[in-house]
Amino acid sequence: MQALLTRLRAFLGAVLLLTTPLAGAQLSIEITGAGAPRMPIAVAPFPGEGALGAGITSIVRADLERSGLFRGLEVPPLSPAPTEASPVNYAEWRARLADALVLGSVAARPDGRYEVRFRLYDVVKQASLGGIAYTLSKEQVRATAHRIADFVYEKLTGEKGVFSTRIAYVVKRGNRFELQIADADGAGEEAALVSFEPIISPAWSPDGRKLAYVSFENKKPVVYVHSLLDGKRNVIANFRGSNSAPAWSPDGSRLAVTLSREGGSQLFLLNADGSSLRRLTSSAAIDTEPRFSGDGQWIYFTSDRGGSPQIYRMPAAGGEPQRVTFEGSYNVTPRLSPDGKTLAYITLNEGKFQVALLDLSNRQVQIITDSDRDESPSFAPNGRMILLATVIGGRGVLSAVSSDGRVKQRLSVTAGDVREPAWGPFTE
Amino acid sequence: MRLAIIAILAAAAVAAGCATTPEQQPPASVEERAAKPAAPAAVETKPIARVDLTSKPAPGNPLKDPNNILSRRSIYYDFDKFDIRDEFRSLIEAHAKYLRESPGAKMLIQGNADERGSREYNLGLGQRRADSVKRALTLLGAKENQIESVSLGEEKPVCAEHAEDCWAKNRRADMLYSGEY
Repeated sequence: MQALLTRLRAFLGAVLLLTTPLAGAQLSIEITGAGAPRMPIAVAPFPGEGALGAGITSIVRADLERSGLFRGLEVPPLSPAPTEASPVNYAEWRARLADALVLGSVAARPDGRYEVRFRLYDVVKQASLGGIAYTLSKEQVRATAHRIADFVYEKLTGEKGVFSTRIAYVVKRGNRFELQIADADGAGEEAALVSFEPIISPAWSPDGRKLAYVSFENKKPVVYVHSLLDGKRNVIANFRGSNSAPAWSPDGSRLAVTLSREGGSQLFLLNADGSSLRRLTSSAAIDTEPRFSGDGQWIYFTSDRGGSPQIYRMPAAGGEPQRVTFEGSYNVTPRLSPDGKTLAYITLNEGKFQVALLDLSNRQVQIITDSDRDESPSFAPNGRMILLATVIGGRGVLSAVSSDGRVKQRLSVTAGDVREPAWGPFTE
Repeated sequence: MRLAIIAILAAAAVAAGCATTPEQQPPASVEERAAKPAAPAAVETKPIARVDLTSKPAPGNPLKDPNNILSRRSIYYDFDKFDIRDEFRSLIEAHAKYLRESPGAKMLIQGNADERGSREYNLGLGQRRADSVKRALTLLGAKENQIESVSLGEEKPVCAEHAEDCWAKNRRADMLYSGEY
């Protein structure tokens, strides 16, 4: 186990090109950038998986490859096909150059459902790293495959996988705006809201059950909280003037918003049901794009109080703001990494809007994209990847970049402009 | 020509009368009128609102009259600016006068920004533009509660090309009256 981890980390040094189109997804993901050498892993087809329709092992393999940390090996047809119950011929798998191996099986149950069993092996150390059995219906194939990939990812990297998480984004198709929810791999897209007026700034509640966002359906920006399970929508901020930029407190009890009710664009705090309004900033500037730190102590935000838009932070309880970004004349849209150590934001760099990372401990700034119209960076809940909106060929697309800048992916939909991505939290 | 118009109006008025109050017309009066073929007398006794299209534009809503400055509603801004350029001063003054003289009138000002940069920051820039128009109007005597200033940010561009010509059209504040939004 330790040997695998060490090897995997050692891989994160050099560079090699990869292209892995994922077929069949409405939002298809393509790894376009250069990534580190990846751990070779064999995911052998599970005997019986044909009954499930979607190929469970191909989803597991695509998930692992998309992380940029693994390379899925071709597994030739084997007879008899190995399962998690077979004795493992480690020498043979080693000869196929696998460092890790997933074996499993699918069996139909009398109740019409299915049972999937799998086991993960360290081929080099010749040891089992554990396995799980899942009972599922045909509709749960994708979700089950993502859970298997999460298990494998966590055992081999020591970090939680994000394959079971969801993303939200807005698609503009013609004169329609659609707030879409999809799996982290872009599959299973479902519209939570469709409107003839713009929708911006979706923000997941910490429990992953609700989205706060700004809708222009009343000819002005109004903040809503939308419950994803029942589609129930609550107006949270509809004051005179503009209402925008919702951000959840880490415990989900409060929202920071930008309101113009008292003139200008200023930060306010209210309860998640819209009650107990309290003003946070008092400036003649634009104060907007609030974000809570993970411990709830700070609110990071964009302000042009110094003459150009820069990122500041202030105590969530109220208090004097401190400037956080100093390099450049345009730094906006602060987003903290889940561990709170890194700030991602959009910077204007030689005429290009790009994603920058600021290491909050040593103040080092690194620009990690090479596109030129980047917006709305959003960390994966394990902090490994950042989802963002950009423009390629005049069309809005989503893109993802690893937080070390090495792996880049493009997510595209068949028609329409995609923007405003928000990566959802871990959920059970 | 004028006779023809009067005749048409008369016919229309009679038709309207028949349509709205058929039971209240005693049959006798119809016979009476038929007996007296003095049609012009009937025209003189009916109150006819004369419409003269020859002398001046149709009296109506000054806000909609293309010859009235009040029909102009947009103020344009320089890049990253929100101060109102001199060329729009007379427009602001005209709307301030209208609001002053029509205390019941309500206005929504929608500020807009070009597409470059953060959507939320651009919402702030649009708000600043809308607020600047509101401030100018209230300084000129419009009541604060007559006007709501909001921002549409970069979300409702009137021009979609990714070039300065277009961006200039999108850096804009629009003044809308009740019923127009």
